Amino acid sequence: MRKVGVVGIGHTVFGNLRDYELIDILAYASLDAMRDAGIDGGIDQVIVGNMASGMFNHQIGIETALVSNLNLEPAMAEAVGNGPASGGSAFKVGYMAIASGLVDVVLVVGGEQMRAVTGWEATDIVASLEHPKVEYPYGLTLPAFSGMFARAYMEKYGLTERQLFILAVKNHNNAAKNPFAHIQLPVTLEAISDTPDSIIINPYIAEPMRMYHLCPVSDGAAAAILCAMDIADRFKKKPVRVAGVGSATDTYCPHNRADLLDLKAVRLAAERAYKMAGIGPKDISFAELHDPFAILELCEAEAVGLFEKGKAMKAMERGETQVDGRLPINASGGLKAKGHPVGATGMSQIHELVKQLRGEAEEGRQVKNPKYGLAVNFGGFGSNVAATILAKE
Amino acid sequence: MGYTYDLEMKIRPACREMPPYPPKYITLATGEKMVAREVRKEELPLILEVIEPLIKVPEDYYDIVAVRFYAEVLSMIRHRIVDEYLFVGAIDSEVATIVNGRMVNDDLGMSLHTITVKRGLRCGALMFASKMEYHMEYLNQKEIYLVAESPIGFRRFMVEWQLEPRFEERHELGGVPTYVMTRKCYFDAKPRLLAGVRPVPEDLLAKNYNLTLPKEYPQLPRWHR
Repeated sequence: MRKVGVVGIGHTVFGNLRDYELIDILAYASLDAMRDAGIDGGIDQVIVGNMASGMFNHQIGIETALVSNLNLEPAMAEAVGNGPASGGSAFKVGYMAIASGLVDVVLVVGGEQMRAVTGWEATDIVASLEHPKVEYPYGLTLPAFSGMFARAYMEKYGLTERQLFILAVKNHNNAAKNPFAHIQLPVTLEAISDTPDSIIINPYIAEPMRMYHLCPVSDGAAAAILCAMDIADRFKKKPVRVAGVGSATDTYCPHNRADLLDLKAVRLAAERAYKMAGIGPKDISFAELHDPFAILELCEAEAVGLFEKGKAMKAMERGETQVDGRLPINASGGLKAKGHPVGATGMSQIHELVKQLRGEAEEGRQVKNPKYGLAVNFGGFGSNVAATILAKE
Repeated sequence: MGYTYDLEMKIRPACREMPPYPPKYITLATGEKMVAREVRKEELPLILEVIEPLIKVPEDYYDIVAVRFYAEVLSMIRHRIVDEYLFVGAIDSEVATIVNGRMVNDDLGMSLHTITVKRGLRCGALMFASKMEYHMEYLNQKEIYLVAESPIGFRRFMVEWQLEPRFEERHELGGVPTYVMTRKCYFDAKPRLLAGVRPVPEDLLAKNYNLTLPKEYPQLPRWHR
């Protein structure tokens, strides 16, 4: 297989972009990536990661619309859908297209415009990825899943609500320094956890998960230009190498899993990526983990082998996962505070890995001397997961 | 002067003495302390300045709310509205949110407007709850009429407080659908929506005694005072 690198990245702000069309949002991130790569064409294939434009925007065929918008005809174009992991899966497909020798240059862009509908409708649309007979009809939303999952984790490992708040504070403080983040407000532990008003400003959404444990509903897009490493010198920026990609599935319904807390697809996707990269968890310099609900950052960190089971929280409390810690996690602010436009998230994670590996992150967010960055993009409730490892060349 | 004064006195409404609203403070997620208090009469011109930049912001219906709110504050200054109150949520003296309403009679309150300059911290929702508190716990009214001029307002007021739809009633802001805050609605939702600690420490109150204008408006990204 040919080696593949990332030579350009682009990103819109995450937040409320309802005054724009979805295609404009995708185009903005794409053009940003092309500008970063120093190209204005010459793309063989366009791959769009998107979860539900048909439902959010009543628009399908967005890959064709985007190519036309960018004047990239006759490039090949496909859309990839894998729920909230659509971006990570799209990146993997883009990698495969080049690694296989089919094409040389690929634009991968992930995006979603969720605020075209109300918050309730958005929650409902996301919940439609659940089983239509045994989950959805009973009012089980993704936040509700997170509540049950967090309760199970708390009972097994003794995690407290307050510890989850410490995690939220870390990610909000990181997002406050990220110009692309939806919520750029640093929050304090005292305010969201300890004051008499904390239960009002930070109410329960799905017990034990409270508002500051959950991600906002966001619009946005992120993009990358991938190329074969043997032609990388044609581009403006030095490539960041795709060291490993992996994905895996688990049971569609979490209740069919032998152990609810064993995120098997996360573990297997990461193991496949490690194997391909020829490294292990100890080699990872920093990670972007899919945390629409704060609890998932901990569980994923353990599932991918960065910490032993039940130990991630203590490491986080010791500051090990802070930007200046031993193993920074979600220096971007994570989905929790940066935002989670579902189809965009996986590509936003790639954007962050590249930015960090290039040493281009903002002051206060730059990880020290990173070599390998790991991204985990979590589809369904852990039923279809994509993992990516990028390496500094 | 006599003729003009006489006419003015005929036009000007006689306002009743309304009970004071004791100040309180709310700790926001950022750790900032927002002081909720009544606006003093001499501060009303400054409130007009707070509102004015928002009058031409169509997003989220700021324009409609701002232009109506402006008129209501001006009416307070120039004595053309009766029994109106105006509260401010201030952070380090800077105006973050303003809310107003009116006492129609002993039993009925009329909620008028809520404008939030500082967004993302539920300041508007918290100050809205404060004015409901004033109607229900200080004016001891039976009901408050409300309308929403924006979808955000609808979610914050009608949905979160589970207000009673009563479209046959006419709110003073026109023929838009009227919702009613009953005492039951208020006391049922109060534990999850009303925040605030009293008394406000002297130093915090002093810090917020002289209001200042917002330095920037997230609704107007390139606007700076």
